[in-house]
Amino acid sequence: MTRKVITLLIALAMVFALAACGQQAAAPAASGSADSGLIKVGIINLDPSESGYREANVKNLTDTFTKENGYDATFVTAPTADKQLEAAKGFITAQVKYILVSAAETTGWDEVLKEAKEAGIKVFLFDRMIDCDPSLYTAAVVSDMRQEGETAVAWLESLNLSEYNILHIKGQLGSAAQIGRSDPLTEKCAADAKWTIVREGTGGDSWDPNEARKIAEAAINAGETFNIVYAENDGMAGGVVEALDAAGITHGVNGDVIVMGFDCNKWALRELLAGNWNYDGQCSPFQAAVIDEMIKTLEAGGAIEGLNELNQIISVEKGFDATKITQEDIDTYGLGE
Amino acid sequence: MKQNRKTSSGLGQLLIPLVALGILIVFNIFRDISFFSIGMRVNNAGNIVLTGNLISIIDSASELAIIAMGMTLVTAACGGQDISVGAVGAIAGAVFVKVLQGMGAITIGSVILAFVLCCLATIVFKLFNGTLVAVFKIQPMIATLILYSCARSIAYWINGDATPQLKSSIISSIGKTIPGIPVPTPIFAVILVGLLLFLIFKFTSLRLYIQSVGINQGAARLNGMNPIMIKLICFILLGVCVSVASLIGVCRLGQLNHKTLLVDIEMDAILAVAIGGNSLGGGRFKLSGSILGAYIIQMLTTTLYAMNVAPVNVKAYKAIVIIIIVVAGSPVVKNKLTALWKRLRPVPVPEGAEKEG
Repeated sequence: MTRKVITLLIALAMVFALAACGQQAAAPAASGSADSGLIKVGIINLDPSESGYREANVKNLTDTFTKENGYDATFVTAPTADKQLEAAKGFITAQVKYILVSAAETTGWDEVLKEAKEAGIKVFLFDRMIDCDPSLYTAAVVSDMRQEGETAVAWLESLNLSEYNILHIKGQLGSAAQIGRSDPLTEKCAADAKWTIVREGTGGDSWDPNEARKIAEAAINAGETFNIVYAENDGMAGGVVEALDAAGITHGVNGDVIVMGFDCNKWALRELLAGNWNYDGQCSPFQAAVIDEMIKTLEAGGAIEGLNELNQIISVEKGFDATKITQEDIDTYGLGE
Repeated sequence: MKQNRKTSSGLGQLLIPLVALGILIVFNIFRDISFFSIGMRVNNAGNIVLTGNLISIIDSASELAIIAMGMTLVTAACGGQDISVGAVGAIAGAVFVKVLQGMGAITIGSVILAFVLCCLATIVFKLFNGTLVAVFKIQPMIATLILYSCARSIAYWINGDATPQLKSSIISSIGKTIPGIPVPTPIFAVILVGLLLFLIFKFTSLRLYIQSVGINQGAARLNGMNPIMIKLICFILLGVCVSVASLIGVCRLGQLNHKTLLVDIEMDAILAVAIGGNSLGGGRFKLSGSILGAYIIQMLTTTLYAMNVAPVNVKAYKAIVIIIIVVAGSPVVKNKLTALWKRLRPVPVPEGAEKEG
């Protein structure tokens, strides 16, 4: 009897687990009849809980690719590369007309993209680049992450500090955002003797603020002294600041430690305005309108213009300085609430 | 013989954790005495805060210590562990944030209401576990595996939002420090929960009931106790502990991440119970042992941090030390040591005393 109950419960647990999976990788089953006149689109994104950036990005897409706007869109948010590839294959089988992808990892997409091309499906990349032949996708609407890193490093350099002792908090390893924002800093540190990375850490497979907090706590516990926190997104910068507060280390405009973040969430920009942080680099999550326009152009028989040699359209982005930011900037550029 | 039994149930249980803690302290004294220095600084919010590794240890171990207390009770009564505490903690956090957002402004009243509701929600989920364990007599590990695997998804459904931010002085007072009081607030939470349980045990016979049920529930029932009720009470108390820990976790960062809130804490909590010398098979228990266990785990982590071990690698080093502590506390080693101690004691040589450790 007990055994039966246990078996039943395990079965139940599995159903639960399946339901949980369904949440993320909702099978892109064939949807909507073709005669409805709607454009069939499959959109593959990352999990909205990843960061404030992603939340804004997912919302931007779901708000744009609606029935009213002429689309029959299926959304899949999956946190890992394998689930994303699975979803892409599903879209090819379901014969969508366009696939939009923000890839978890820059590699491993060649096969699927070729398949899509053979099936006559046009692929748009958004937010994150993929390492492959540019002919495999129609266009990429992306942020130049390296440019974001360079802007941040240039800002840091303009402060003319006598010493740069940096706590470097890397984001999700291997993502375009992490690589682009890390490289300019590590190159600068290798080239300039005044610049030292005192301690570096990573969220590993995530952008987890708690992991960032632990890295900062560890550095403080070990007695390391640093005057700059270079965190690769706002959440992680927030985690570090929590550790600084607990250890009674001042930060921000009049503090001992300079705090830098990326993404420009509203709450982070408010920290800038309050003088608790020093810098926040913008990363625009609003690619939907650009892609929408391109698809409409293609549907009308036109050609897409303004692409560079890598078929990219680069979003224009800036960095904010705590001493110059205004409430207006926050309202214009801030993400989320 | 009689005296021997007394020591094994009294200080005897705490011997191993105390020795482990002692070794950690001595190790740090020799490694770097400044590890123990405590300072006072003014942080960005203008609050005076106590700083130093010791404060950091006691502060960071708060969630673990609170959950370890609840885990001890469930372990004692059911002879098994609830592995869903971290995941249900995510639900608690989600409910707390959802209620707060629903009410708009963050005031002391709304925080209390949100916490009470989050407590109730957690208790409901814990009673689900408790019913499976107590009524359906499913092994605790299996019964709690269900929520372990799905509770974070439930938290996601409740909240929907990605990583909601809670920026307010009330929230940071709970998670960090209250203005004017340099001691981190989570430490008070541990004391409060500890005091609550202490008072419950002092004014009721719950401790005796839990131990009787844990040792032999057939005999307990014959003596007029209701084992099902006792077990459910333990799960309710665990639920309260989980909600408090989750509240601290959310307020610390001022944001909710249903994926990483209290992640992996169940394993550390079970460890804390074991290091505290409590039998994972149920029966006799000592809350002080589990609390001590929690601080030992955190002290170990902070010591490793201080020795420049990266957070990613800490788990591996921690495992080695914990194996030693757990093996030293195992009945086999304990009996061998007791035998050795007895053999050496009649001989009046001073070095015999040192063998004890």
